Amino acid sequence: MGLDRREFLKIAGMAALFGLGGKAAIDIFAPGELEASMEGIPVSKGKRWAMVIDIRKCLAQQAKDKDGCKQCIIACHRAHNVPDWGDPKIEIKWIWQDSFEHSFPDQHNPYIEEELRHQPVILMCNHCVNPPCVRVCPTQATFKREEDGIVCMDMHRCIGCRFCMAACPYGSRSFNWGNPRKAPKELNPDYPTNRDYPERCKGVVEKCDFCVERIARGELPACVEACDKIKAHALTFGDLADPNSNVRKLLKEHYTIRRKPELGTEPNLFYIV
Amino acid sequence: MYDGGKIIVGLIIGLGLFLSPFFYNAGKAAKAPAPELTPKAKEAKVCVEPASYMRESHFTLLDEWRHTVVRDGERYYKGSEGKRYYKSLQRTCLECHSNYSKFCLECHNYLDVDPYCWDCHIQPEEKK
Ligand code: SF4
Ligand code: SF4
Repeated sequence: MGLDRREFLKIAGMAALFGLGGKAAIDIFAPGELEASMEGIPVSKGKRWAMVIDIRKCLAQQAKDKDGCKQCIIACHRAHNVPDWGDPKIEIKWIWQDSFEHSFPDQHNPYIEEELRHQPVILMCNHCVNPPCVRVCPTQATFKREEDGIVCMDMHRCIGCRFCMAACPYGSRSFNWGNPRKAPKELNPDYPTNRDYPERCKGVVEKCDFCVERIARGELPACVEACDKIKAHALTFGDLADPNSNVRKLLKEHYTIRRKPELGTEPNLFYIV
Repeated sequence: MYDGGKIIVGLIIGLGLFLSPFFYNAGKAAKAPAPELTPKAKEAKVCVEPASYMRESHFTLLDEWRHTVVRDGERYYKGSEGKRYYKSLQRTCLECHSNYSKFCLECHNYLDVDPYCWDCHIQPEEKK
């Protein structure tokens, strides 16, 4: 975990001693008091967050909308200030669609049923149990939270080496080739779309983080909320570690597949086909 | 010494150039920074920690916040006054200190520091 609290306190104390704080600082921060003031409360409750995506329900919604439904993608990218560059070569995506055949190349079948052939599937980071992206990151900028299994990004640390992009077998990661603030204005008229959330800078990698900031407040991920709002209910988010959870119930009742299971990454995204 | 005169003149000119910034600024003191509080900040009276600590060590506190939030998922901070705060530069600090140019920049310019917080964190829009 790098700098632990005790170490930080020592450093802060030393800084105060060496003229930064003077008497006032020491008076205010008697050691016992300071310790108490640093106490944090972890809020996210799940032990292993996962998502079940019902492709049938999603496709039913796709069929309803003339241009296909993109509500989850729009909601996510708005919530996280993900700009539209208008160029697939440099695009940034946290959640996106690709055809069934591209999403599940291991399900190769030239006679696949008509309902699935070339149909769009919602894709995002799988928050793998064995994430290769985490293993290769030289700075630990991407890391797996032990408490709830979310694969997070620490943008402050990322040096933009893109090892993680090479390691991720699902294309879940995007590199900022330019400063998102310089993304074309015509395509992003109201950017930044969420002034409560940061942007990124040129040279860092980003991806879906299962909305850590939202689940910490007890809210659902933005994509799930958007899908529920239009009553499509194709995305279900829950705790896989709890045998009575919504996701476990769905998994018990339906046949589900995961992307490239043969790689041993153990994705935490499940697809009902 | 060959060309002694020229060398000495050269040295004097060189030294003069070298010291010119000192002569130029002699007797003038740079304006001390005077960060302005927004009405909201004034009304609140106390920051997350006492003002003297915030003035001298806000960056240490912010660094600790960023570390514990991003890496440990601890999103609340208990101030030494006992009040709880949501640890967020954009949502908590800027809520009161919404005048970036008159508050943050005042001292940052004086001290010639250029923190890269604002490469990604969004400054509040200021009324001109
Ligand atoms: S899907 Fe890719 S980015 Fe996400 S955890 Fe797995 S390897 Fe890492
Ligand atoms: S690009 Fe950033 S997150 Fe990815 S491996 Fe390099 S330092 Fe780690």
